[in-house]
Amino acid sequence: MSELFLARLQFGSTTIFHFLFVPLSIGLVFLVAVMETLYVVKGEEVYKRMAKFWGHLFLINFAVGVVTGIIQEFQFGMNWSEYSRFVGDVFGAPLAIEALLAFFMESTFIGLWIFGWDRLSKKLHLICIWLVSLGTLMSALWILAANSFMQEPVGFVIRNGRAEMNDFFALLTNPQLFVEFPHVIFGALATGAFFIGGVSAYKILRKQEVAFFKKSFNIAMIVAFVSGMGVAFSGHAQAKHLMESQPMKMAASEALWEDSGDPAAWTAFALLDSKNQENSFEINIPYALSYLAYEEFSGEVPGMKTLQKEYEEKYGEGNYIPPVKTTFWSFRIMVGAGMLMIFTSFLGLLLNFYKKLEGSQFYLKGMVWLISFPFIANSAGWIMTEIGRQPWTVFGLMTTSASISPNVSKASLLFSFLSFTLIYMILAILLVYLFIREIKKGSEHTAHEDKEVAVDPFDQGAYL
Amino acid sequence: MITLNELWFILVAVLFVGFFFLEGFDFGVGMASRFLGRNELERRIMVNTIGPFWDANEVWLLTGGGAIFAAFPHWYATMFSGYYIPFVFVLLALIGRGVAFEFRGKVDTAKWIKSWDWVVFVGSIMPPFLFGVLFTSILRGMPIDEQMNIHAAFSDYVNVYTVLGGVTVTMLCFLHGLVFLTLKTVGDLQKRARELASKVIYGVLTSLVVFVGLSYFETDLFSNRGIMSVTLIGLIVLSYLLAIVFLKKRRDGWAFGMTGAGIALTVSTIFAALFPRVMISSIDAAYNLTVYNAASGNYSLKVMTIVALTLLPFVLGYQIWSYYVFRKRVDGKDMIY
Repeated sequence: MSELFLARLQFGSTTIFHFLFVPLSIGLVFLVAVMETLYVVKGEEVYKRMAKFWGHLFLINFAVGVVTGIIQEFQFGMNWSEYSRFVGDVFGAPLAIEALLAFFMESTFIGLWIFGWDRLSKKLHLICIWLVSLGTLMSALWILAANSFMQEPVGFVIRNGRAEMNDFFALLTNPQLFVEFPHVIFGALATGAFFIGGVSAYKILRKQEVAFFKKSFNIAMIVAFVSGMGVAFSGHAQAKHLMESQPMKMAASEALWEDSGDPAAWTAFALLDSKNQENSFEINIPYALSYLAYEEFSGEVPGMKTLQKEYEEKYGEGNYIPPVKTTFWSFRIMVGAGMLMIFTSFLGLLLNFYKKLEGSQFYLKGMVWLISFPFIANSAGWIMTEIGRQPWTVFGLMTTSASISPNVSKASLLFSFLSFTLIYMILAILLVYLFIREIKKGSEHTAHEDKEVAVDPFDQGAYL
Repeated sequence: MITLNELWFILVAVLFVGFFFLEGFDFGVGMASRFLGRNELERRIMVNTIGPFWDANEVWLLTGGGAIFAAFPHWYATMFSGYYIPFVFVLLALIGRGVAFEFRGKVDTAKWIKSWDWVVFVGSIMPPFLFGVLFTSILRGMPIDEQMNIHAAFSDYVNVYTVLGGVTVTMLCFLHGLVFLTLKTVGDLQKRARELASKVIYGVLTSLVVFVGLSYFETDLFSNRGIMSVTLIGLIVLSYLLAIVFLKKRRDGWAFGMTGAGIALTVSTIFAALFPRVMISSIDAAYNLTVYNAASGNYSLKVMTIVALTLLPFVLGYQIWSYYVFRKRVDGKDMIY
């Protein structure tokens, strides 16, 4: 195991773990805000109970998301100091702005929201949760602006051997950001919606608080379906944009060794042979790749071998082909999971509309399993994006092997990797345990919680 | 006129002053939960006094880190990679502590709550200690080479001076937390917090005096910016002497102001002693990182200045508002955590 391998393993695993919680937080807080809005507008208690119950689950998740995010903020300097030196001038700004604009907003208003049910007016309390939601969106916007720079560097000049910012607005109007941000946000909303949908399905199956959870389910499925469509359209826009910005990633995600020919067929399944740079078996759908890449039923897509030659001329000797199997399959897993989610959310809306939801045991059971799908899709999407960019950290500017901290030893890396892995495993177990507990208790419990805690403080045994 | 580089050094210093002032007391409350809390209810009350605030307080650290990254990329790269293992421990502590607040009240068994109380305690005592070690060793100088990388031995991180620095910062936070508790609790708990604070403050003064004495030999605190350092140190001592008086007179608000001023002045003294350097090389002064050679370009700094000066008033505004909303003392009723 080299230092580079360990550093990448740690960054990859901590980031994937962090990004299990981020989209769920973004999605859940938005849905909780919608529920509390319904409560304030309609004045029906059931919506308050909804906001409290789902808000409770959101808070457990949010806590883990926040603490696993702290690592991310420090990790660039800790493990990737050469990278930080090279791009800090450009890349540091969005990170600092994210903290100043988004983290302060989230953390302050979440405190006000948790502790403010009885201290703030209804409307003010509602504004707090919307500001938390806005904070999560802002956070996503700035971190994705930073990530977009890695995919498609803009707004900089190379001076004194490093990238220096010369156009801040170019960072914000980065075409990559315009396709990446909606894709991530719709994905996050779908994650929250499928979580609520799946948990509701579980409760309906058990015949517990059926009316409450059917209502939750319906709200969730509306959001799930709309955002599922949003994910698909923005994903398509992203694929199209990839042709201009990183054709190598496109070729790798299609396992396209040679040029595709015109029109280009889309490979649904392939047996990959990376060593000999060919596929021993393929199932192709004619025209589909041309459409994916250009929105036309004609047009050639360049293959990896052609691009490798091009890049060698441009950037010098080296292997510019990313790990093809990973890129190819993560893309298919993401798309497959996404399609299934659109279909099942639409089905859920239909079943609910025709009042057949409760009777559809098979569907409800499926929805419980489907809670995991957005998480799989989110992770697969990021694996494709980041692995598919290799060997670069910043496309065309800096390679991953040149980015690493030269003064961090293998022993240090091993220690940090093992400690983070251990603490993350503990967190994951506790989180799932708490989720299940809260879900089993149901909404009655959270609704009455404030009253329960009003115990006589002088009663020493009250809390023991 | 000051340059943008100097302005950003001041802004980073302000963010760290804010962090130690605010998170300082919630670290202190976390420590006090072990020393002061006699039962689960008291510990719960203590955790609830910082319930609505600790998360936002911690963001001051994240923003400080982000500001260093954006304004002084070399400082960020050198410090975070050079202090790799200490930062791993800081992160583990902050992770544990953060979830402990949220999780401790979720399951109603003694074992569960007790475990999380320990996590709160350890997670609250480790970061101030490690940050104390970090800042004092930076002030003392670290082996930074020509490529701006730290290749340090164990004794560069851990020695009498830096450990004392760690202990001092930890004590400052502990005292600050105790005084915060006198403001936020009632009855017996409040009384005991005040009593303990009145004792701890002598420990704080002692460790501060020894620390300043050692600094004379270990750092250029007095040779670099002598008059300023002496003035600031005088003010620090004055703050804590006044705090003793206010604690005696039960003027808790004023006492809190003084322990806060003590922390703010201590952090300021360290930053002032560093300036214009941000990291001192013990190998060769030519390898020092300064606000000039570690900084981003002028364009970045200008953009960041506009952004920061636009946003900071709002951030301060709503943070102050949240302290106003939760100005009431925590008495065992209406607790969420």
